[in-house]
Order: sequence, then structure tokens, then C-alpha cells
Amino acid sequence: MTVSNPETAAGLPVAELLPESDKLEIEIGPDGFVEITVDRSRVIEVLRALREHPELDCDLLLDICGVDYPDREHRFEVVYHLASLGADHRFRVNVPLTEDDPNIPTAYGIWKAADWFEREAWDLFGIGFEGHPNLRRILTHEAFQGHALRKDYDPEQRWLLTETETMAPEWATENVESNDDFETQILNLGPSHPATHGTIRTVVQLDGEVITRAECEIGYLHRCFEKMSENHGWNEVIPYTDRLNYCSSMINGVGYSLAVEHMLGIEAPPRAQAVRLILSEFSRLMDHAVCLGANLVDLGALTNFWYFFQPREEIYGLLESCAGGRLTVSYTRIGGLAHDVPADFEERVRYLLGYIPKFIDDVDKLITGNRIFRDRTEGIGVLSAEEAVAWGWTGPCLRACGVPYDLRRVRPYLGYENYEFDVPVATTGDCYARYLVRLEEMRQCLRIIEQAIDRLPGGPVITDNHHVALPPKSKVYSEMEALIWHFKLIYDGIKVPAGASYFATEGANGELGYYIVSDGTGHPYRIKVRPPCFAIFQAYPHMLEGHLVSDSIAILSSLNIIAGELDR
Amino acid sequence: MRQPDGSSALLTTRLEAMLAWSRKNSLWPLPFGTACCAIEFMSTVSSHYDLARFGAEVVRFSPRQSDMMIVAGTITDKMAPVVKRIYDQMAEPKYVVSMGACACTGGFYRAYHVVQGVDEFIPVDVYVPGCPPTPEALIEGIMMLQDLIQRGETQYDRLKS
Repeated sequence: MTVSNPETAAGLPVAELLPESDKLEIEIGPDGFVEITVDRSRVIEVLRALREHPELDCDLLLDICGVDYPDREHRFEVVYHLASLGADHRFRVNVPLTEDDPNIPTAYGIWKAADWFEREAWDLFGIGFEGHPNLRRILTHEAFQGHALRKDYDPEQRWLLTETETMAPEWATENVESNDDFETQILNLGPSHPATHGTIRTVVQLDGEVITRAECEIGYLHRCFEKMSENHGWNEVIPYTDRLNYCSSMINGVGYSLAVEHMLGIEAPPRAQAVRLILSEFSRLMDHAVCLGANLVDLGALTNFWYFFQPREEIYGLLESCAGGRLTVSYTRIGGLAHDVPADFEERVRYLLGYIPKFIDDVDKLITGNRIFRDRTEGIGVLSAEEAVAWGWTGPCLRACGVPYDLRRVRPYLGYENYEFDVPVATTGDCYARYLVRLEEMRQCLRIIEQAIDRLPGGPVITDNHHVALPPKSKVYSEMEALIWHFKLIYDGIKVPAGASYFATEGANGELGYYIVSDGTGHPYRIKVRPPCFAIFQAYPHMLEGHLVSDSIAILSSLNIIAGELDR
Repeated sequence: MRQPDGSSALLTTRLEAMLAWSRKNSLWPLPFGTACCAIEFMSTVSSHYDLARFGAEVVRFSPRQSDMMIVAGTITDKMAPVVKRIYDQMAEPKYVVSMGACACTGGFYRAYHVVQGVDEFIPVDVYVPGCPPTPEALIEGIMMLQDLIQRGETQYDRLKS
């Protein structure tokens, strides 16, 4: 499928725009990305050109990840995914590295978002980023030996951590000689703290009540999703994806299925697409409800939490009737859905469409004009649009900074181009703006669902391509051919064509991307998730400086950090 | 105790039984929630399922004020020392409910960074299966713990005797 057309890649004469491009390999990937392979000695030069050239203008760094190919001469590959918000084109930059010297210059100077992504590649692959300001382990703990995502690392090899103290940042433990009468104080927020949602730790330095310095420690929920996905079949990965962002599990499964379907070159039947869309929008609504509910609880407004949990229970009921599970549904399959929706699906959805708005309106009336809430959130945790993009923000948080970027609009999938909906945008970029954007998005979700249920098509919910989906059981028992398909699919698994592809959907928190490498066998070779939280959260310690401790709680919960997705 | 005819009568019991009876009906949970299960725990204490009916609605995040730790979610090797320390800080008598497949056995994360069951380092009274368990399952687990407390068969009772 790869078309080599570097002359006009992404409609741009990329080869002319990059320096010394005759020494670069440029082609167009199967996913529409312009793929550039470059030697590490020139990587910064090329990345800088991609960022700064006005026609290329790749202002958003989506992801940096490593891939391990033990059989190749250059064992490691560092992969950068870049996007331009203005001009809608995307780039992938591959840099091969040898095993003896897996080092590469840091891209932190070009995009701040590189900070944690590079630390992650160091942690899991042992790829060194020269010049990185703080190249420490990020997901695994201090006592961990080796680099877990290398292919020669045993998935079950654990290392025990006994000392918690070792994980404090250096500046928090060193003795600072104070030269005036005012002492600074070190405060540890989390990981076990009601307002840090269980798994997030922030160490802050205080001058009185004002935070002067902060650093986050994450990885307390690093459940090794990416390693687990490498030794499971393509469909068996779906339950793991559900547990990334568990507040909106359906969206993750749909994103993953779509990514694999793109690699296979197939499409799910229209009914499956429509049901995926409806349940994804309900999941987005629930996710926002949890986020706002928790945000308001953290600010002392407990009532709204109960208001939002009642419609959630009703949506859980709908999901349970479709999939059997309430929270982690595992409802999608590659090529469609596990089974059809129940007979009263339409009726249930229409009931919810009438039932939910009251709760949203109640919270709106109670909170939006509330003096206490506005005092606690207006002007708190402000991030400008430029900074938000530099940190790699996407989703509602980015839209609250005034950037109307929504993948459902910009790169539609599941037929989103056929639905009428608004992309809410706020301009102030503070906690209050994030609240307003989420509240309005909930109403837009209902609007999309209403249109989708009106034109819910009939027909099958899973593809009849038996390279991908099992034939119906009745046929397996009665037809020889179906039996053979069944046997082959169970025995060999789905054969995804070898290659690498990135596909992204609009998760509840922003761009949820899957970079999938296949070697043509029944298992994924490598799956890298681009979690929206990860990029958003790395800006958090920098946002805290100058705020009060109580503001840090308001900011944290307004960002909607879901640990399953953050730590994977 | 007042009898039907208005005269008063005595009720005798052992002190342990009365203490156990009062303890089991005023469990204060400490939710050690890390992942998906924590969301279902939130559902359990919310209005729909209303854990208050079983006397366990006073959720306290301070270990010093609570006596039932609900480990809800995957515990990683990085988190393990924190769980242990929080457990040690709880005042006695204290009980542990392990909620969900991950907390019980590591679940389907048989992996390099995941504790294969919290009973590796803290004593567990009730294991609630499920991924995540439904709120009904968690409520049943808590009722089982109440039975154990009444019969004096919790891990705490065993370690004490």
C-alpha cells in the first residue's frame, strides 16, 4: 500500500522544504502520514525544520516512542509523530539506533511535550536522550532493573520496591541553606490522597501557602499494557484497552478496533459503526460527568456528584444490556461488535435522551453562576493556547484554551462528518473554562446520539470477512467451509499485514492514538498508545507554580487525569 | 429492655459479642482506590446502591479514622510500599477487603510491574471477585466481612489470639 511520492507528500513539496533532503528517505505511509527516515546526527535539524517552516508548521508533538527490533542491524527505532493544527497534515519521523549506542539528542528544546515521552522511552527501552533536563525513570520504580519493553525482557520478571523515600526528587531531599528568615517547606501530595484520585503524587515546595516548585511522580498504576498486548492475540487486546481510560472504556475499544481495521483494509458494517458511535458518545458523556463530579467534590460541592451519578447508573444499565459489563464493556471486536444490541435498545436510548438533560441543567443552574465556584476556578490554572499546544494538549483542555481542534471534526471517523454538532470552545484557558467546555460537550453528545438513533441502520453487526471474524456458530456446525474458517481463525488468529500505522480517535480527554506495528503474525508486534492524559499532565507541575495548595486540587481535577490511561 | 407488660428485663451477652456487633455495623471504609474498581466503589457509595444501609458510608481517607481498608484496583510494585504503610497506620481492629481480580490475584496483568495479589504483604479478610465487581458483589463482600466480625473469625482476630 505504501506509495512513494515524496514530491507532493501531504500536498506539500516536502523534499524541497527540508534541508539536504536527498539524504532522507521520504514516503507516504499507509495511514496517510508522511514518513521520514533520518540518521540521528540530523534528527534535530529535520525536526526543527518541520516545526518552524511556515508551510510544514508541525506545532503539535503527538508522541515519541521506541520500538525494538532485535534482528535488525539497527536494533532500536525512535518514532516521532507530529501534527499540524493549522494545515491538516501529519508526519512520522523514524530514527534507527544501534544497540551499542542507543542515544539521540533530545527534542525538548523544540516541543516541551517531548519531556515525559522521552523519559518513557528511556525507562522502557533504555534509549538515552542527550541534553534532556531530567532523564529519570518515569513509569517503573527506582529499584527496577533493565528496560521492560525490550523484546528480551521477560514479561513476568518483577523487581520489588521496599523504600518509598528513594522516589523523592533530589531538590526535595537536599538541605537548602536559607538566606533569609523565611523557610520553604516540602509537602507531599499523594499518591494516597483523596484529591489525587489514588495514584498521582506531587511533591511541592511551599513558601507559606504558595507553591514555588513542583514535581510529579507517576507510574503508580503502570500495569504493563503495552507488554501484555505483545503476547496476546489481536482481539484479546480489547479487554486491556478498556482499562486504559476506564471512565469511558467503549471509546478505547472502538479506537483500537478502528486502528486494526485500517491496517486490515476492512470496515465494520454500518449498524456496528452506528452503535459504536452512540455508545462512544454516551461514554464521553459519562467521562465528563465523572470529571465534573469529582472536580466539584474536590471543591466541596458534593451534591453535584450525586446528580451526575444517577444518569451514569442509567447509562451503565444500557451498556450492561448491550455488552454484559457495566464499566469495562469489551463490546467491540475487530470488524464490528461482539453481538447485536438488545431489542429494546432504541427505546432505552430514547428514554435516556429524555432523562439526562435534567441532571445537566440542574448542575448548570447550581454551579455555573455560583460565586464560590467561580472564585475558586476563574483565573486559576491558566494556560495560553501556544503553551497548551507546545505541551501536546488535545481534547477539551485544549479547546478551553481557545483552539477548536476536535478529531471528530478535523479527521472524521465512524461517519462523524454526517452529524451536526458544535465544538464548544472557551478562551480563558482556566479551570472555569474547562468546566464550561465539558458541560457543553455533554449536551452535544446527546445531540449526536439523537441524530444517530433516528437513522440507526439494520443489518449485521460484524463483518462477513472470515479472515477477521468468526462465522456464525450455526454455520460452523453445518457447513464444511465455515468449519475451516473457524479452525483457521482460532488456530492462527487474525493476520494483520506487516507494517506500522497510527490511527487516532477523539477520546474523552483528547487525541487517543494507537501506533501499531505488525509483523504479520497473530499477535501485535508493538502497540504504543498515545494517551491524551500523559501529554496534559506533564504541564501540571509547571502550572502550579505561584498558586496556592488549594488551587492545585482545583487544577488537577479540572484536567481529568485518569491513571489507567496515564500510566498504562 | 422493656417487656410488653411494661416491666423491665435484663439481656445478658458477652462483652466481645456486643463489641463485635457494634463494630460490624459501623465500619468506616478507607477506599484505597487506584483504578477501575474505584469507580465501581464510587457507584457503591452513591445514591443508587447506598452503602449507608449497611452502616459503612462514612468514607475516610485518613487511615487513623477508618477500620476497613477496601483495596480497589491494581496494586503495582511501585504502589506496594504505600499500601503497606497506610495499612500499618490504621488503628486496630482493622479489616481488609480486596476488591476485584487485580487486588486479589493480579488479574490478567501477569506482568513485570504488578503485585500478584495484595495478600503478598497485607492480610486479607474478604476477596471480592470480578473485573470490576458489581456494586452488589462489593456489598455482599462487606456483609460477609460483617459475619466474620460477628463470629470473631477475621484475620485480625486470628492474629490476636
